[in-house]
Amino acid sequence: MATPVEQLGREAIQQKGWFSAHKWLVLRRISQLSILALFLIGPLFGIWIVKGNLASSLTLDVLPLTDPYVLLQTLFAGHLAETTAVIGALIVLVFYMLVGGRVYCSWVCPVNIITDAAEWLRSRMGIKGGTQLSRNARYWILVLSLALATATGTLAWELINPVSMVQRALIFGVGFAWVVIIAIFLLDAFISRRAWCGHLCPVGAFYGLLGKFSLIRVSAAARSKCDDCMECFVVCPESNVIKPALKGEAKNIGPVIMSSDCTNCGRCIDICAKDVFQFDLRFNNQINEIKTSHQREVLP
Amino acid sequence: MADQSHRKELGQQSRRKFLANIARTAGGVAMLGLGLGMYSRQSLSLPAQAIRPPGVGSEEDFLAACIRCGLCVRDCPYDTLKLANLAEDVALGTPYFEARQVPCEMCDDIPCVKACPTGALDPELTDIDDSRMGLAVLVDQETCIAFHGLRCEVCFNVCPLRGKAISLNRLHNARTGKHALFIPVVHSDACTGCGKCEHACILEEAAIKVFPLKLAKGEIGRHYRLGWKEKQKAGGSLVTPDLEHKYNLPEGVDYSFEGEGLIQPKQQNENDTPFSSNPLDRLNKGLK
Repeated sequence: MATPVEQLGREAIQQKGWFSAHKWLVLRRISQLSILALFLIGPLFGIWIVKGNLASSLTLDVLPLTDPYVLLQTLFAGHLAETTAVIGALIVLVFYMLVGGRVYCSWVCPVNIITDAAEWLRSRMGIKGGTQLSRNARYWILVLSLALATATGTLAWELINPVSMVQRALIFGVGFAWVVIIAIFLLDAFISRRAWCGHLCPVGAFYGLLGKFSLIRVSAAARSKCDDCMECFVVCPESNVIKPALKGEAKNIGPVIMSSDCTNCGRCIDICAKDVFQFDLRFNNQINEIKTSHQREVLP
Repeated sequence: MADQSHRKELGQQSRRKFLANIARTAGGVAMLGLGLGMYSRQSLSLPAQAIRPPGVGSEEDFLAACIRCGLCVRDCPYDTLKLANLAEDVALGTPYFEARQVPCEMCDDIPCVKACPTGALDPELTDIDDSRMGLAVLVDQETCIAFHGLRCEVCFNVCPLRGKAISLNRLHNARTGKHALFIPVVHSDACTGCGKCEHACILEEAAIKVFPLKLAKGEIGRHYRLGWKEKQKAGGSLVTPDLEHKYNLPEGVDYSFEGEGLIQPKQQNENDTPFSSNPLDRLNKGLK
């Protein structure tokens, strides 16, 4: 049976040391916070590297980056955007199509910090159960947000989108947005596990679809070493994505996690004491390969 | 057989559960959609004191195009623009300003419009004098001290288009009987809605305010034609000219417009009267 919560990750720390057992987590937090910091050193210290926010930004006065999901909403609302926004969206689009769509969720989006904190509290307090939500709800909401844009002729979803609200609040002044931060925290901690990022958020759904064929994936390359401790399933925010890759050998399924719901957060890599997981390319999906990256390096 | 019917029952159960789950999700999302649809209608009602940056046409078009990135806010050199926060009446995350706090300084290079990546702020706006952020309205003639016959003219003097967007109209001061009133008058063909007048108004609460155009402007009925303008356009009267007026006067009597009224041209001699001395003559005349 699964490891008790308080022992979660203990074996990995013993085997690999604290840093190796938290490597990707630490890197993700650094990524999330430094992106926010880049936006904030302009208004706070007058050092203008990046202007704007995650909806659209201008880096060093040359590089435009635009959130393709917001831009898609303007298209559905009946507005044809200027080239700057379109170029910005294309750059973002290509980037996430390569590295994995939901890399946005786990490496960029500040809401992830809130929901991870809620999940941490939930597991420490041993809160079980709660409202059951469908993991497909986010796709319904994604469709809804686009349909509403057309029906109302405005970016209706952006009136309540917590993702854009939170990042904008952190960059442009919090105001009452802390209410939203607390609401999401409470939702995830007490009402339904991983409710926002894993079930409801249409931004994540959009980026997930974007990264459907992304290059970089997590792979259970050394799945034969798995000792069924189940810790990866416990820490994974999208726990249904691991099983086919980790346990699919008998069903002739390759070791690469192919589900576009996977956020490439790397928690499974961290937590695994047996080093079953690694970041890999989607093409390295040969079914009977047991090699780890180290072994591959020494091959001729 | 029993096994088969049991399996069938199980299948029905799982199918029922599957459908129920779909219905639950769809129902929840539909509820969210209805609520949000209502709310989005409400968000269209821009409050009177919220003025949009230059290059915004209608509020509807703007809310379809603005992605709430705040690049216009960042490039505004006077910190005029801000993004609407939660619990404000303006659509969440969209840029606006309040003229009484910080008015638009009408930069020649219009950096806010240049910063906009989507074209929500119209890039075809190249002359800031052409912008129509709103329209100044002298809302309170009772408190504006110009109407009391006091010299102020602050709004007139701070106006970037002084003399064009706001001019002074000289009227007679009936209270003193010998002084003039210098009444500020806003002209919508020149006013950009920058709000410098509202910002500078010396009263506790400004008597001149900038409102979104939709609120500030009246509109004449589309069927309405101003006769004198149509006449000028056509180069002449568009209807049959009026007949010259004729008075139906008794014979030998005329009408003087100079104040005398009915006059009788001087008689040649005493007996030469238009009226016969025989009353029968008058009666018979009517029958002829």
